[in-house]
Amino acid sequence: MEFKTHISVQNLSVFYGNEQALRNITVDIPDKKITVIIGPSGCGKTTLLKSFNRLIDSIDGVRVSGKVLVDGENIFDPKVEVTHIRKKMGLLSQKPYPLPMSIYDNVAYGPRIHGIKDKKELNRIVEHYLKESSLWDEVKGRLHQPASKLSVGQQQRLCLARGLAVEPEIILGDEPTSALDPKSSQRIEQRFIELKKDYTIVIVTHILRQAKRLADYVVFLYLGELIEYGPAEEIFENPKREMTKEYIKGIIS
Amino acid sequence: MDKRKIEENIFTSLMIISTLVILSTLVFILATVIVRGLPVMNLAMVTQTPRGGYYLGKEGGVLNAIVGSLYLAGGATFLAILISLPVVLYLNIYAKKTSRLITFTRFSFDVLWGVPSIVYGAFGFTIMLFLGLRASLLGGIIAVAVLILPIMSRAMDEVIRMVPEELLEASYGLGATRLETALKVVVRQTLPGILTGILIAFGRGIGDAASVMLTAGFTDHIPYSLFRPAATLPLAIFYQLGTPIPEVQDRAYASVFILIVIILIISIVSRILTDRFTKHIVR
Amino acid sequence: MKENNNILKNRSEKGLPGMGSRRLLKDRFAHRLIFLLTILAGMIVFLMIIGLYQRSRPILAIKPLTELLFSSSWHPLRGEFGFFPFIMGTLWVTGVAVVIAIPLCLLTAIYLSEYVHKKVREWSKPLVDLLAGIPSVVYGVWGILMIVPLVKNTIAPFLGTFSTGYSVLTAGIILAIMIFPIIIHVSVEVFGSLPYEVREASLALGATKWQTVKYVVMRKALPGVIAAIVLGLSRAFGETMAVLMVAGNVPKVPSSLFDPAYPLPALIANNYGEMLSVPLYDSALLLASLILLFVVLFFNIIARVILVKIERNIE
Repeated sequence: MEFKTHISVQNLSVFYGNEQALRNITVDIPDKKITVIIGPSGCGKTTLLKSFNRLIDSIDGVRVSGKVLVDGENIFDPKVEVTHIRKKMGLLSQKPYPLPMSIYDNVAYGPRIHGIKDKKELNRIVEHYLKESSLWDEVKGRLHQPASKLSVGQQQRLCLARGLAVEPEIILGDEPTSALDPKSSQRIEQRFIELKKDYTIVIVTHILRQAKRLADYVVFLYLGELIEYGPAEEIFENPKREMTKEYIKGIIS
Repeated sequence: MDKRKIEENIFTSLMIISTLVILSTLVFILATVIVRGLPVMNLAMVTQTPRGGYYLGKEGGVLNAIVGSLYLAGGATFLAILISLPVVLYLNIYAKKTSRLITFTRFSFDVLWGVPSIVYGAFGFTIMLFLGLRASLLGGIIAVAVLILPIMSRAMDEVIRMVPEELLEASYGLGATRLETALKVVVRQTLPGILTGILIAFGRGIGDAASVMLTAGFTDHIPYSLFRPAATLPLAIFYQLGTPIPEVQDRAYASVFILIVIILIISIVSRILTDRFTKHIVR
Repeated sequence: MKENNNILKNRSEKGLPGMGSRRLLKDRFAHRLIFLLTILAGMIVFLMIIGLYQRSRPILAIKPLTELLFSSSWHPLRGEFGFFPFIMGTLWVTGVAVVIAIPLCLLTAIYLSEYVHKKVREWSKPLVDLLAGIPSVVYGVWGILMIVPLVKNTIAPFLGTFSTGYSVLTAGIILAIMIFPIIIHVSVEVFGSLPYEVREASLALGATKWQTVKYVVMRKALPGVIAAIVLGLSRAFGETMAVLMVAGNVPKVPSSLFDPAYPLPALIANNYGEMLSVPLYDSALLLASLILLFVVLFFNIIARVILVKIERNIE
């Protein structure tokens, strides 16, 4: 496979106390493509995703071995500053969690904490990213209303805008449409397809059809192990492993 | 069959009677305060300090105690916030979830919660001796601050504990530090609960007598220095009641009325503020 | 699409703030500072014990603890400090309060938890808590206005005795009212923490509501209810102002409900003025505070341990 690697996972194992969630994963995530991580529930998809932005750090009793290189830097190196890593990654969670502030302040939160204070610049940033997540038209008249008043679909798009506003290089999506209605899901999926021109996108999903719609590359995990990975057509048309075949056919779920 | 029914009815009636008794004591107490205190209320009570011979029936009011109480409770509340809020934020955001410091501190606060105010007064007194302080506003502030600390912390802890982990993750995911998350996200989310905690603690602090008795002293003047004694409403009530002169005793009832009104105002303000700050909360 | 980008990247290249060090320093500094504060807060109990003990040492050096606790001779000017009358006074008054409070609070708590509509419960809870917000001096005033005459003019003559009205009974009644809120509040919480299935099983077998309460709910909730009572007991033990105003304050062991009593907290509060002028008086009174602290801590810890165990069982 010829591609430029953005994230290189090398022998990554993650333990929660005595339980091993990820077993010796080695895989490369390509730059500026959509990579979808699939697998049955409990297989470690979310753990893998959350290890990219080190959100697993806050879990009690977590142990990590192996490396994850982003732009050549091992993000688990003790000398590396976590907030620096997280800035490179934008996370879209399963259930949208707007911050307890106005729509405007939600998007401006990231830029503000990273130092931008100029009102005009912030206005530009907020407008730009709300447009990028196709929410601008719906909220432009009420930017200072509380974010909690938006519908779930709108909240998820707000979280997308918020995450984009810190200028990440990589967008991580943890089942980003599972809490949304079909129309909102469609809009988010469309955004991903357009955003991949400029961002590397990694999505976790258990909806095979969504994976087929979005994926350029696929990573299949089962019980914490990497079973197979490759370009989407290969995995969906011609999987090499028996288990992958069965999962795709819907036999194991 | 019948016996069970009879027993059920007897106990149900007893229960209803109990509940009514308890609720009616509340009404009874407030009614007594109003009936005895309101007629004696006049503007002088709230705007004047005791003139010479006040305790013998001459003119004056309890402004010294009103202002003294407000200063003292205000100062104590401020001091308590300085300690409570950071510690509660530490327990919920900074410390590792299973850290023993967390259990120890929470237990500590729980235990402190039940300590009688006279003990806080005695402790405040020993500290004052240690620091060479005399009966003063500052001494009262310290004693009351320690008194209300567990009350305030518990109220804050209850709300801050309930902030969902995902909300914190959303902030961390954007690259925020724990300090930024604590101040910009957690506090905003829990502001109503925090305010309620502060106001409950203030109400407790302003009404307590035993802790200020040994530490703040008493004076007929409005406090002008941290190092001079300060008057407080509960003590003013106590001393006025202790005289044999009916007019002064009546004024004690009026002072009670003033105290209750202040506490009531605080409750109402806390309700209003709570409602106002709830609009941004994420559910 | 990305023309607006690279704002933050440009700033970091120019070395402008926002990319790290100052924010991280702030976070680390805050962490250290708050850590120290937390340790300090946890230490307060110990500081209190140490402080009070230090000042109690003078009298402990001279008189044996048993004499202090069991002697009835209280003559500070002669150097005699027997705490027995005050300890007994406290026990009498607290005992009366608890005896009055337990049945009333239990019945009310059961009623509010098991019988009434959720809405009624929702606004009766704050009403009960309102009782807790009333300052003790107000209770004292109310006691003088209402209960003292009641005892003096009605109850005592009715029972064929005499009382000035300032008595164990009066203080007990006031204290009982003061501890209603805490016993009810904690009990209602304990009842509320029992899963509904516990009651369902009993009702499904044909038991009446009251039988369910009597045999099932109460049995399961008993430790929690005991904890609530212990908390109330501890509160009554330490209450100062209200009892000071209505208990009579005569340093003799009470021999009946209608005799005056002089509880320990009232002793401390009444005499702090003379404390420093009579030798050993301050030490004695601070020793009394220390004793009070230990008793209350003891009760509190027991109650908390029970309640924590209950919480763990739920999880």
